[in-house]
This record gives sequence, C-alpha cells and structure tokens, in this order.
Amino acid sequence: MSERLEVLKTYKLYVGGKFPRSESGRVYAVTDSKGRTLANAPRGSRKDARDAVVAARKAFPGWSGATAYNRGQILYRIAEMLEGRREQFATEVAAAEGVNRTRALAAVDAAVDRWVWYAGWTDKLAQVAGGANPVAGPFANWSTPEPTGVVAVIASQRSSLLGLTGAVAPVIATGNTAVVLAAGASALPALSFAEVLAVSDLPGGVVNILTGHPAEIAPTLASHQDVNAIDLTGVAPDAGVASARDLEIAAADNLKRVLRPGPKEPDWTADPGTARMLAFTETRTVWHPTGH
Amino acid sequence: MGNPFEYAPAPESRAIVDIAPAYGLFIDGTFAEAADGGRLKTVNPATEEVLAEIAVGGEADVDRAVKAARKAFKSWSALPGAQRAKYLFRIARLIQEHARELAVLESIDNGKPIRESRDVDIPLVAAHFFHYAGWADKLAHAGLWRSRTNEHSGADPKPIGVAGQVIPWNFPLLMLAWKVAPALACGNTVVLKPAETTPLTALRFAEICVEAGLPNGVVNIVTGAGETGRALIAHPDVDKVAFTGSTAVGKEIARTIAGTRKRVTLELGGKAANIVYDDAAIDSAVDGIVEGIFFNGGQVCCAGSRLLVQESVADELLASLTRRIKTLRVGDPLDKNTDVGAINSAAQLSRIQELVAAGEAEGAERWSLAGELPGKGFWFPPTVFTGVTQAHRIARDEIFGPVLTVQTFRTPAEAVEKANNTAYGLSAGVWTEKGAKALWTAQRLRAGVVWTNTFNKFDPASPFGGFKESGFGREGGRHGLEAYLDV
Repeated sequence: MSERLEVLKTYKLYVGGKFPRSESGRVYAVTDSKGRTLANAPRGSRKDARDAVVAARKAFPGWSGATAYNRGQILYRIAEMLEGRREQFATEVAAAEGVNRTRALAAVDAAVDRWVWYAGWTDKLAQVAGGANPVAGPFANWSTPEPTGVVAVIASQRSSLLGLTGAVAPVIATGNTAVVLAAGASALPALSFAEVLAVSDLPGGVVNILTGHPAEIAPTLASHQDVNAIDLTGVAPDAGVASARDLEIAAADNLKRVLRPGPKEPDWTADPGTARMLAFTETRTVWHPTGH
Repeated sequence: MGNPFEYAPAPESRAIVDIAPAYGLFIDGTFAEAADGGRLKTVNPATEEVLAEIAVGGEADVDRAVKAARKAFKSWSALPGAQRAKYLFRIARLIQEHARELAVLESIDNGKPIRESRDVDIPLVAAHFFHYAGWADKLAHAGLWRSRTNEHSGADPKPIGVAGQVIPWNFPLLMLAWKVAPALACGNTVVLKPAETTPLTALRFAEICVEAGLPNGVVNIVTGAGETGRALIAHPDVDKVAFTGSTAVGKEIARTIAGTRKRVTLELGGKAANIVYDDAAIDSAVDGIVEGIFFNGGQVCCAGSRLLVQESVADELLASLTRRIKTLRVGDPLDKNTDVGAINSAAQLSRIQELVAAGEAEGAERWSLAGELPGKGFWFPPTVFTGVTQAHRIARDEIFGPVLTVQTFRTPAEAVEKANNTAYGLSAGVWTEKGAKALWTAQRLRAGVVWTNTFNKFDPASPFGGFKESGFGREGGRHGLEAYLDV
C-alpha cells in the first residue's frame, strides 16, 4: 500500500475579499529556521500594493460607518473562527517561527484572546477617549475618536500570528481599513489567517494581506498618497529590514500618522492598552449652539 | 364583506417554547423547591391561561441563595477579567442562539407584542451582555478608581460583593440583563428576584447560565413576590441592592437599608414630558408620540406619557395623532402585526382603570380607540386625555398604561416649566427641526435621558437612569460600571 500523498496548499494574496495571485506572477520560497522549504508564497509587487490600497479605500466608508456594536460582533466572530482552527495554526506557527508546539499553541491562544479583547473595545473607546466638553458659552460640545482611514501595517516577521493580530486588530476595531505586509516565514500563517477573515463576516477589503519583500513594497505603502497612516512596528531595527527612518520620511509627504518601531520587537503577549487604537484615530469635536 | 385590505392573522408559532409545569428556585447551579414548598402561578395575560407554577422563595431560600453567592464571590472576583469576559460572551452568544424562543416566551408570559420582544427586548439583552463582556477585562480603563476612604487604593477597581437585584415585569429579560451583565463583569455575584408575574425568561436564563458553564452560585434566581424581594434586600450579607420598579417600593428600600453599609441603585417611575414645538416635523412627532406612549402598552417607566404641544399646532397635531392611533392593532401578542398587546396583570389593569376614571371625574376629556377587545385576558385600549391641567391626577401620577395626557404651552420657557413640574425625572422628549432649540431645551430638562426627535431609544452603550424621585444610579455604558465597583 502506497503512502498517501499530501495535497499542498497554494498560498495566495488576500485583496478586496478575494484570493488573487500576485499580478507579477512571482513567488518566493519560504523556508523554516533550518532552511527547509515550507511552501512558496506570492511575492507581491508595487502594483499589488496599490490594488490593495484601492480595495481598502473602497471598504472604508462601509466599515467606518458600521455601528461599533456590529464591528465588535465581527471581531468576536474572528476569534470564534480562529479558535476552531487552533491545531492548524499551531502547526503553521511552529513551522514559521521555529518554536515548539507548546509555544506555538500558546501564541495561537493568545491571538484568539486578543481578538476577543479588541472585540470588546469597539463600543467603548469613545467613552474612554471621548467625552462632553464644558465650554464657556451656550454650546453643546463633544469629542469622539474617529478612524483615520486606510492604515498600512508592516507586520512582525517574528510573531507570525500573535504579532499580526496585535497590529491589525486595533486598526480595524476603531473603524480603519488595513493593508498588511507580511514577510519572510510569517507570510504563511498570515495568508492562512486571511482564510479566517474571509469566513468571519468581515467585509471584503477591510483587511488586505500582501506577502513579499518589504524592501520592495514598504516604500510604496509609505509614500502612497491615499494611505493615511502606517504602522512600522514590523520594521524593528533588530528585525533586519530596511531603514524605518526612510519610510518615515516618505510617509511625511502626506503627513501619515506613523506608529514608529520600538527599539526591539514588542512583547505581543503583554496587555496592549489603548495606545495602538489611539494611534490610528482622529479626535472630532462638534460644536452646536443652544438657544431658541 | 369586511375591509379587503384587512390583515390576515400572522401568529408566531408557540412550538419553539417548552414550558415545564413547575419551576424551582435556581440556587448554586441547581433548581430546588422552596423550603416551605410555597408556589404561585404565572399566567398568560392575553388569555388568563396558567402557564406554570413557580416556587416562592422564603427567608430560608434567600439565605441559601445569598450564601451560595457569597461562596462563589471569592473565586469569581479573583478570576482574571478576561475569563469573566469569556463567560459573558458565551451567555451573549447563547441568548442570540435562543433569541426566537426567548422572544416567544417573553410575549407569552408578559403580554407584549412579539414584534417588540423579537426586535427590541431580546436583541438588546444579547447586546447588553456583549457590551459588558467587553468591559470585564477593561475596568482599569474606565476611570473609576477605588476610593481611598475604605483603606484601599489603587487604579484597579474592585467589585462590591454580593448583589441583591429585584426587577420588574415590563421588560423581564432586559431588566435582568441590565442588572446581571454589569454585576458579573465587575466581579460581583448576584441573587436576582424576577417579578412574580413574569418569571419564565429569568428561569430560562438560569438554564443558559448552566449551558455556558458559568460557575455555580455566580447567578442565583429566586422567584417570588414582594416578601421574597424584601427578604433579599434586608439580608445582612447582601452588599449591593439594585432595584427597578415603582417609586413607592424604591422609597421603602431606601428606608430598609438606612444605617447599613449596603450600596444601592434605584431605577423607578417616570412621568415623561414629550414636548412638541410648532416647528417640529409633525408626522415624525406623531410617530414619536405613538412610540413614546404605546410601546409596550405604555407599561414603560420612561414612557412619554405627558404630551406638551405648542398651542399654535395643537389642533393639527391632535387630528393627525388620532388618525394615526386608529391604525394601531390591539390584540394577540403573538400576532406579528399586533402593535399593542395585553396589560400584564389584573392588578395593573385595575390601576389603569382607576386612574382613567379619576381623569374623567376630574374633568379631563377622554378619547379611546374604538373596537372590540378580546373577551379573556387583560386589555386596555389606547387612550388620549385632552383638557388636562397640571392638577389632575392623570397628569401627576404614573399610570403605566396606554394612556396619554395632552397639555399645551406657548413659549419654550413654559414648556420647560411644565415638563419639569413633576416629582419624577427619568426621561423626556423634544421635537423641533431647530437643533439649537432642541439642545437648549434638553439642557433645561431635569431628566436622566432626553430624546430629541426620537423616543424610547435604548443602547447598552448609553447610560439610563433618573433624576429626582425616578431614582439614582445609571445602567449602561461606562457609567453603568460605577454601580458595581467599590468606588
């Protein structure tokens, strides 16, 4: 009896709710920590990046206009869908990060719990970060945090699922849409995670996931005139990627909100607080006269 | 031949609910008879059919429930917030899964139209649990620090302890959600007494707690009537009392807990003014008035029971309002086309009848929707009183039924004066197309919730509660956490 031959997965990009190949037709071999090939990942191009921004922009009015309750329901659904695929992701994370199964499973569980945490934030941030302003005059005056728009996320290359979650969840919890670049071995769990997003009632285009070489795609996202903010966390100095400073300079062209990388990879298991959500919100204050 | 455009009956199926002949008390995760075997019957107010027998908790049962809650408090309050959150998210999801069943059960036991239980009550119940689930691991972000007066300090808010909660019959499961969800999110455990006429959804909720794997003793449901509630509130090991119901009982509770260290929040009666200015969009205002007073048959503490209309548009508005009320369908709560269902109990019906009789005797002019009411059950037709003065009992007392009083005013200042001329202060409405006037009025209304160009809107993120004799404390949103934290 011959051994059953495994069916291998073709990894594809996630753009506008669909799974296209890179328009460039390129792939790159993703290897594990021992140099063995795991699979081919699409090597996204600058054109793929621009297409992803278009998809994110198109999704923005609907997503930012959805009720906070609805966004919370959908983020919670993502947690539910991820929970059901713990085994799959434990295997993928272990392979991508070169960690043992126990650590991989812990990372998957932490990612599920992080989605639950952000699901609960969608309808609370405005009461924590906003409020009524007692101005000295006959006016009603209040402030609310509003999403900034399309956010580019250069995802962690080390923490393939938990780091991706820690970066993407706060962006979309507040009503932004995202273009995510996952590189290196992190590409494979990231693209599998797109399959979770695709079955979680998340409207297409709210999260778009590209894989490829950061040196090629990150500058396009950083300089793109229709991107409102960029998270450079995945460009941490010790991550061995091109200069975050160059990307920040490019981002200045249209005054993107920039979340700078820290001196080292963040501890993705720590309580994230509200900083990442607030980094990608604008405060809107409304004045309205009172009188008759 | 009748009207060819008459609606055909569209009854929601009862088959989805399964009512047991008798229910025990839910204490420490299991159902048990009352110690003294006491029982009462709960009936369908639309048919007077007996639905089930319910255990009546006595002092011994209340004591057992409080002890179970106390025992559970230690481990429940010590759980990481994220763990408590997960239980509450589970409960929210189970409520969503059982939503239709709960809606039908609520309408059968309470008499409210299925359209309301299905589209308002139960979705809000699930949303409330969902909202407070998310707070459980975010309490440190709520800006409610622990008081330094009780020898503790720090930015990590702590729960109060065992909460004794007594809820009314008008929104049975929704009031349960308003009480239980924030209490559990903050780390308290609860003993809840549902109203004697509407215990069934609370008992179904107890089963949902079991299904969710909630630890025993975190939620205890002790059914019964007034005596059961009194025993719960007076129990020396109850740290926090939460009550929704009449102002008279609220005052009795305040007296009972005087001199103790019990915390209390009270959500009591109301006599909301609904102010319509001459520049209002009249058709919208008419719909808002109808929603305000006939939603749940007016058995709503925040009902817009006093219409204050600017004199210059009073005739036009009343003509339009009367025409609109004539389209309301009163009858079978399970019919999907029903607008106004049954009155919840014989006792409530007689209170409405007594106040309406007083209105006529004191000289106000009554108009009621004509039409035959069902022969069995408790019914009252939508009713409007004109020629009402501030001195009339129907303008001062909470009727808690489908009865609207109409008064007129000439200036905004007079509207505010009349609106605030009440012992209550739960809610109010303002109708005008001028934003500045709406906000000017809202800022002067002594009421906990003010709706402008809408009415009877509820959301788990939005705090609800009263000024003056409508009680104190807020339910909903960040503000609602304060009632269940040691702040």
